[in-house]
Amino acid sequence: MTRVAIIGASMTQFGQREGWIQELLAEAGLACLADANVDAADVEHLYVSNMASGEFEGQTGVMNGLAHDLDAMPAYTQRIDQTSSSGGAGIYAAWQSIASGASEMTMLVGGEKMTHRTTGEATDVIASLTHPAEYKTGVTLPSFAGLTARHYLERFDAPRESLGKVAVKNHKNGVDNPKAQFQKEVDLETVLESPIVADPLRLYDFCPITDGSAALMFCPESIAQEYTDEYAIVAGVDGATDTQVVHEREDPTIMGGVVESGSGAYEMSGYGPDDIDVAELHDMFTILEFLQMEGLGFAEQGEAWKLVEEGYTERDTGELPVNTSGGLKSKGHPLGASGVAQAVEIYEQLVGEAGPRQVEADVGLCCNVGGFGNCVITTIMESGQMEAGQ
Amino acid sequence: MTMDATRYANGSITYPGHPRGPGGAEPVETVDLSEYTAEVVTWTTSMATPPGVREPNTLAIVEFDVDGEPVRAIGQATTDEIETGDEVRPVYVEELREPGAGIREPESQAWDGYRFEPV
Repeated sequence: MTRVAIIGASMTQFGQREGWIQELLAEAGLACLADANVDAADVEHLYVSNMASGEFEGQTGVMNGLAHDLDAMPAYTQRIDQTSSSGGAGIYAAWQSIASGASEMTMLVGGEKMTHRTTGEATDVIASLTHPAEYKTGVTLPSFAGLTARHYLERFDAPRESLGKVAVKNHKNGVDNPKAQFQKEVDLETVLESPIVADPLRLYDFCPITDGSAALMFCPESIAQEYTDEYAIVAGVDGATDTQVVHEREDPTIMGGVVESGSGAYEMSGYGPDDIDVAELHDMFTILEFLQMEGLGFAEQGEAWKLVEEGYTERDTGELPVNTSGGLKSKGHPLGASGVAQAVEIYEQLVGEAGPRQVEADVGLCCNVGGFGNCVITTIMESGQMEAGQ
Repeated sequence: MTMDATRYANGSITYPGHPRGPGGAEPVETVDLSEYTAEVVTWTTSMATPPGVREPNTLAIVEFDVDGEPVRAIGQATTDEIETGDEVRPVYVEELREPGAGIREPESQAWDGYRFEPV
């Protein structure tokens, strides 16, 4: 099978932006073309990861709009919506396009424009992914996080502070990411005394509402060196679903989509949890970092909190740095962009472009979660200088 | 009014029901959960609610025991004085949130249902 390379990446400033969705997508797209030294006319497939531009802004057809704005016609284009995991789903689609031979140059741009909506409105757009029996109760994604966090803390006798330490760590990492929405450290006391959002979780346990966009350029490894000496390889990628109705899952602390997509990505890549040098996990809520660490085999069930307490996931001193970008927690979470931005961080770590966030890494993983684990994509990337499964 | 769960050919029960149940089993009948009590598995009080939803909104995931078969459901609680392990019963409410205030098309679904009240 064709080995798929990533030869360029970009990310706009995340936060409250003046531009609307088409402008944000074009900004990241142009920057990615420049980073990869690729002409727009050479892009054969152009994918846009976006959850809800129609609902947020009344703008549909964003994939065609981007093709026109970049003068990338007649590239084949499609919009990819898998809720919050749209970015990861875009990576899977881009990988498929190259690996199958359907395209020799595919650009993926993920983006979302959200901050013009009130928190309640944005929360409702996201909660619209729930089953009618859930939606009528007024449940929100943060509510699912509160329900699950309480169960996790009570069942595994984990201290509330351990969740707060995830927020502290990711905010600390975000200080060194100039494109993060928040570049500010917070201490544990601030996290634990912040306003309650969904008991027992508080404001600093949640990611913000964000505008932003990110992009990646994919091509066969056989031509990657025509564009750059430093590239990354998509060593493994897989996606999986779990129940739409969250309470129907047998174990509230196991996200089946994380387990299944992780297993598939490990199998395809030939790597296992011990081979991963750096990971970007979908910390939309602090509790999700625990559930993904456990679902991906970095920790036993109910024990991820101990690793966080021990500093195992710290950027500069830990054995497995998690969310060196600052994570969704600090960097921000523009829905369709987030999965792409996770891979941008791993790409930059593997090609040595992460600046003050740089860690030693040959193999990296990102896990992009849609809904409350409803749809999940796990991607494993390796440095272009490595042989498969090395 | 009834709080309808669905029993499938393999004996499993879900709330809500689906065209196919666990293991691909076909539905065979409905079970009215409002005739049972349940135990609180976990709960939260949401302080930031969407348009048309009460604020704060205390929610619970509860587990019914229907003749030895566990069935979980999510619902609003009648009080924020609730704890994991509490026994609750379903209490009918005509409107759980204001139809049309949020993004969901009002005609696309029902808006009445049950809250969970500690016994």
